[in-house]
Amino acid sequence: MAEFLQFFFSGLTVGTVYALVALGFTLIYNASDVINFAQGEFVMLGGMSTVFLALAGVPVPFAALIAVIVTAAVGLALHRFAIEPARGASPVALIMITIGASIFLRGVAQIVFDKRFHSLPPVLGAEPFRFGGAAVLPQSLVVFAGAGIIVMLLWQFVDRTMLGKAIIATAANRLAARLVGIDTRRIVGLSFVISAAIGAVAGILVTPITLTSYDVGTLLALKGFAAAMLGGIGSALGAVIGGLLLGMFEAFSAGYISSQYKDAVAFLVILAVLFAMPQGVLGRGKVERV
Amino acid sequence: MSVRALVSHRLAGLAMIAAITILLPPFFPSAYYYRVGALVFIFALAAMGLNLLMGFAGQVSLGHAGFLGIGGYTVAIAPIYFGMPSWLCILGGAALSGLVAFLVGRPILRLKGHYLAVATLGFGVLVAIVLTNEAVWTGGPDGMMVPRLTLFEWRVRESDAWYWIAAATFLFGAVLALNLIDSPTGRALKAIHDSEVASSMLGVDVARQKLAIFVLSAIYVSVAGSYLALFNGHITPDVSGFVRSIELVAMVVLGGMGSVAGSLVGAAVLVVLPQILTVLHDYEHMVLGLILMGFMIFLRQGIVPSLAAVLAGRRT
Repeated sequence: MAEFLQFFFSGLTVGTVYALVALGFTLIYNASDVINFAQGEFVMLGGMSTVFLALAGVPVPFAALIAVIVTAAVGLALHRFAIEPARGASPVALIMITIGASIFLRGVAQIVFDKRFHSLPPVLGAEPFRFGGAAVLPQSLVVFAGAGIIVMLLWQFVDRTMLGKAIIATAANRLAARLVGIDTRRIVGLSFVISAAIGAVAGILVTPITLTSYDVGTLLALKGFAAAMLGGIGSALGAVIGGLLLGMFEAFSAGYISSQYKDAVAFLVILAVLFAMPQGVLGRGKVERV
Repeated sequence: MSVRALVSHRLAGLAMIAAITILLPPFFPSAYYYRVGALVFIFALAAMGLNLLMGFAGQVSLGHAGFLGIGGYTVAIAPIYFGMPSWLCILGGAALSGLVAFLVGRPILRLKGHYLAVATLGFGVLVAIVLTNEAVWTGGPDGMMVPRLTLFEWRVRESDAWYWIAAATFLFGAVLALNLIDSPTGRALKAIHDSEVASSMLGVDVARQKLAIFVLSAIYVSVAGSYLALFNGHITPDVSGFVRSIELVAMVVLGGMGSVAGSLVGAAVLVVLPQILTVLHDYEHMVLGLILMGFMIFLRQGIVPSLAAVLAGRRT
């Protein structure tokens, strides 16, 4: 039982990060149909900026705040200078643009920062506490809490504010949204900013546990994309569930089967799910019009 | 045959490529240029295979480097452990890739759009993981040596020999591809590209055609993988990695989807560019990312179709 709980908590921690990355994918996809492979780079930028600002003597909370703002600005720039000029390009071309952006951001990061691994001091101390026989890092709780707050805030924002409703409208039908006077271009830009900020927060929260370096983004983007697909692309709830499921699969297969093949199990599960449910767990079926 | 008919013949472009291939080497200052040229043709072969799937049948694959790995590791493992001659292993690898594509193709190709993308991505990553972890056979993450290709007592290892072999194979593959495009199968694929529902209404067996082209594209990529391994004399699991798959897709999209010449141009750009950019040291990745974005934003149809459109526009 202790073993089970141990794997459960580690899966939940990683899964939370995947969920946040998948949420970022979903936000941008809903607003613009773009699959943003630079999403992992937002996570990297959040973590790395905080680390280097802290090294420069900025208190960690301020460093984190600045890092989120910087990453959000990068998200806005990505939309303004790479996605917006390519309006009307094919989905594959847009994917290649975001991959180009991720290579570019990684290239910039290795110059501005460095190529080493870095960590941040955990918020609540580094001493693990016992829970039903499992050792849990206090930072894991910070990750859960942070992710919970983000999801709640996002939900409130989308549900309660006019701007949030405009995002929903744009996701539902871009043409209709424009017809009722929504500036969909601004909404897409906004979704890039929010996605980048969410990614940055995820990067900052998880850095004390998993460390960060200039190249952590690629694998995170892959896993986040897979998680979003697992849940059914376009569904925010699906993204969160997909992320948590993926984290669990990984942790349990690493624990009970083979740690070398944990990534393999994750992708096998995704293939199996897609074969059984071609639209993802929570996705809606689409009918092609001829 | 009039000059006009000759110029517009569907193999005219290929004849031009062949002419350039033959005329270029006298200007190569060193063997290094043969090496880069060989790499261009090897990757062009792989890109052309993927282009058949993406450009003609309209199916995205983010995992085709998996077949690069199957082809590459077949020529690495089979000669060492089973004493098979390397040239036979190229064919064996192609057959194995075709078989794997046949088995995974049917369920994978039922998926559409981004779901197809993530499923193929998963396939490629799985191949890379297996190659990394089965260290007894593959040497693990460090990879393994690949015995050189021997043809009639001749150990093929010089770059110029590989330049000619790769170029000849590319041209052969291109003739095959162009003939296929002009066949009923090719027209069925184009119909599938435009609308799967509509083409199935017209009697096209969509699942079968997609599977056939998936298998064929896997074979192209597998042969390229075998060549790459034999040419380098060394192979690592990175050959199947996500980055390699993306590179292949980038070659196809950059050169132009559905354009055979585009596959060559795309491969040339993405093979030559990193060689040039190494002088930039730390700035290499930054510039590569910028160039990739720039190409996709300003030449979104791909280099060859965009150029063709410009030329056609000038003529009228």
